[in-house]
Amino acid sequence: MNDPGRIQPTACTLESTRTAAGAPLLEVAGLTVLLEVDGAKRAVLRDVSLTVQQGEAVGLVGESGSGKSMTARAIDRLLPRGAEVQGSIRFGGADVNALAGADLRRYRNQVAMIFQDPRAHTNPVRRVGDFMTEALRTNLGVPAAEARRRAVDMLSQVGIEDGDRRLRQYPHQMSGGMLQRIMIAAALLTEPRLLLADEPTTALDVTTQAEVMAILDGLRRDFGLAMLFITHDLELAAAICDRTVVMYAGQVVEVRASTLLHTDPLHPYTAALAAARPDIGQTAHRLRAIPGRPLSAFEAPPGECAFAPRCAHAGDICRTAVPALIELDGGISRCALARELRGKLQEAASG
Amino acid sequence: MANTNGAPVLEATGLRKEFGDLVVVDDISFRLPLGRSLAIVGESGAGKTTIARMIVGLEPPTRGTIIACGHDRSRPARSTRDRRRRGREVQIVFQDPYTSLDPRQTAEGTIDEVLRLHHGWPASRRRARTAELADLVGLDTRQSRALPRSLSGGQRQRVAIARALAAEPAVLILDESVASLDVSIQAQVLNLLADIRDETHVSYVLISHDLAVVRQLTDETLVLHCGKVVERGPTARVLDDPQHPCTQRLRASAPRPGWKPRRQALPTAE
Amino acid sequence: MSAAVPLSGPVSRRHRVWAMVRATGPAGIASAIIVAVAAFLALFGPLLAPYPPNLPNLSLSWVGPTGGHLLGYDFEGRDVLSRLLAGAQTAMLGPLAVVTVSMTAGTLFAVIAAWRRGASDVVISSGLDILFAFPGILLAVLAAAVFGAGLIAAAIALSIAYLPYVARVLRGAALRERSQPYVAALEVQGASARSICLRHLIPNIAPLIVAQATILFGYAIVDLAAISFLGLGVQPPTANWGVMISENQSGIVQGYPLPALAAGVCIVVVVIAVNVLGERLIEQAQAAHE
Repeated sequence: MNDPGRIQPTACTLESTRTAAGAPLLEVAGLTVLLEVDGAKRAVLRDVSLTVQQGEAVGLVGESGSGKSMTARAIDRLLPRGAEVQGSIRFGGADVNALAGADLRRYRNQVAMIFQDPRAHTNPVRRVGDFMTEALRTNLGVPAAEARRRAVDMLSQVGIEDGDRRLRQYPHQMSGGMLQRIMIAAALLTEPRLLLADEPTTALDVTTQAEVMAILDGLRRDFGLAMLFITHDLELAAAICDRTVVMYAGQVVEVRASTLLHTDPLHPYTAALAAARPDIGQTAHRLRAIPGRPLSAFEAPPGECAFAPRCAHAGDICRTAVPALIELDGGISRCALARELRGKLQEAASG
Repeated sequence: MANTNGAPVLEATGLRKEFGDLVVVDDISFRLPLGRSLAIVGESGAGKTTIARMIVGLEPPTRGTIIACGHDRSRPARSTRDRRRRGREVQIVFQDPYTSLDPRQTAEGTIDEVLRLHHGWPASRRRARTAELADLVGLDTRQSRALPRSLSGGQRQRVAIARALAAEPAVLILDESVASLDVSIQAQVLNLLADIRDETHVSYVLISHDLAVVRQLTDETLVLHCGKVVERGPTARVLDDPQHPCTQRLRASAPRPGWKPRRQALPTAE
Repeated sequence: MSAAVPLSGPVSRRHRVWAMVRATGPAGIASAIIVAVAAFLALFGPLLAPYPPNLPNLSLSWVGPTGGHLLGYDFEGRDVLSRLLAGAQTAMLGPLAVVTVSMTAGTLFAVIAAWRRGASDVVISSGLDILFAFPGILLAVLAAAVFGAGLIAAAIALSIAYLPYVARVLRGAALRERSQPYVAALEVQGASARSICLRHLIPNIAPLIVAQATILFGYAIVDLAAISFLGLGVQPPTANWGVMISENQSGIVQGYPLPALAAGVCIVVVVIAVNVLGERLIEQAQAAHE
């Protein structure tokens, strides 16, 4: 029986994930994370591999237990104490988990994280200006006046024109949407090379979400930043990301160009997820719901495909071993039957 | 379920709610015929949840009337008996599955308590009805006997739906009831709600920011902006051919395959 | 959205209490044991005393520990150990009465204020603010002046003094619980305020109530002992730890510290144990709420 504590990594060295531009900016290979829960070690990520190229936007999509947020935290070195990490995370070639001291601080300037709830990540008793310019002043030694000037400039880029006044305000004086825009501006001030956005619009109104997404997309392209965009919404990820990674039960199950995700998915879960959404353009008699519920990595039955119990296409081969990653048509799938199901998934989903 | 004699099962006229100087709901009127479902959409702060709370009696309207099943509920109930009767007319399912159940009560206990409130039945009959309701919402025996902390978000929402249905209301208000659920679970619960409606003929009032969910579940839609109705009509028409700029903006902001976000021309006043 | 937690079946109440205590760690367990022993002594202490605790024998004053008298004799020649055992009763049953009265009244006011909010809350909170101004000992002195010295007057005075503390803490927790959607759901169902408060609100803040009670108990022991020390509570010759400190204090400077110190140590040990247990239980109650 497999020992859940020692999962063999299958490092993703597939050539299709590297573009001609050269080495990827962020390279996660065989990442496995175990957390201690009630005295037992439980896997929350199993053998996760993904890459983000310079200037590329990659979406990370999944439901509860998929491990998408945990992946972002692992990349940003924000895992809870006692977490056991296997596999590697490399940023610009350097091993992220080995960084310390000044190197770690420099890494945090280069990788900026935007969280879901801006209020939970801002100090309510400090002015917005202090918080925004802090990294510039303390880590990069920029003088205060210059830091404020840059902050005001960045605020106008996110659509906040009266920047001077806003810098003097406190977080509670602003709406969620405004605060999130300020967080984006703050993240961009240190001129990072990679943005980690963890469900940045989930807590926002749908119209504010569209606005913030447009800002994020526009600025990212203007500054040539790479981005890892985490969300539970497949369409949202496809909207601003070049490639989308789909996760289930702590594993990567599909990597696909966003434009092909709906028309030609490579994994039954992706197709089922897309099909489960109601259509704003028409009423279906009944939605195509996936039976069962999404599992965490440690709840998944060992020794078989984690999605098999819920999969309409599951075969015997799916229950005999955890499927390996397969390359297909420029994408990646963790389905043992990916080749056979190619082209049929979309038909089955749309009935 | 109350007999409405052809009258609308829920009717609001000139609803207004002020909190001090702030007018949150301004002159809202609508009629919900028996067996039909209504959606109330709009951005946050538009007044949607306030309207839900007024209908269900958690908030008294400043002005205006609400009539459910032929009974006026515009003023707070004067007795517990009155409140219980109103509970049999209109019920509500809240958004957050993690705080809408008593953490110390099993699903069976939750449903049983409501049955005891509304009916003077012996324990055996209550047990049978509890099992029926649990089955109706798709909870198995193990889940019915479990405490909320052992249940997932989707399962908890099922318990909340069963609790609401135990009162056999004519109207069920769904206040963003599926918004906190995973996509695959949301689909299950939406199907469940449709099945329940087929079986019990309950009328839904759906408060939602998710227009795709609105399309799936409702016949009529009310679009709110700053407390006022800016557009109303059959759901399909409102979503396919929005007339008011607010509705158009909501429609344009909804992610769907092939959608690209664009910065809005109107600056947001905050 | 969080992943589902594996199912745990319903457990018996005793099992749950033991699990709660065990989860407080070694300090919590040790404290729980001490508290249990103290409770036992409070009930059966006088029966366990090997020698009559109130029989003076002046020829034996201040004699140190000898065979059969582990802690020696006090200033009137009475066996110290026996007096400690007998004194456990008044030392702890008095605080128990104080805690019971103040917790009950405090819970009542807290829940009423939290449930009704608005004007009722303002009135109750203002009343509590006024009560806050009176320290327990001061009220006890007042009570002694009006009703004469004695345990009952002191206990009542202390209950009134503690009431605002209890009500303040519980009001916050009750308000938090009151604003939860499940309470709103019950209101919409038409459940009466009384049934919601008794069957749902109070049980959900019960861990906090228990924890608060244990901490209050520690304070009550010290305050009642101090009041007795001042001569306003339990009257000599009745055995009581506070009284024992008072009546034996002259022994400290004369070179016979044991009787007074022994009584002091008893108070300190029980108060610390009760406080540690109480704080651990509060931590748990708050952690469980997250």
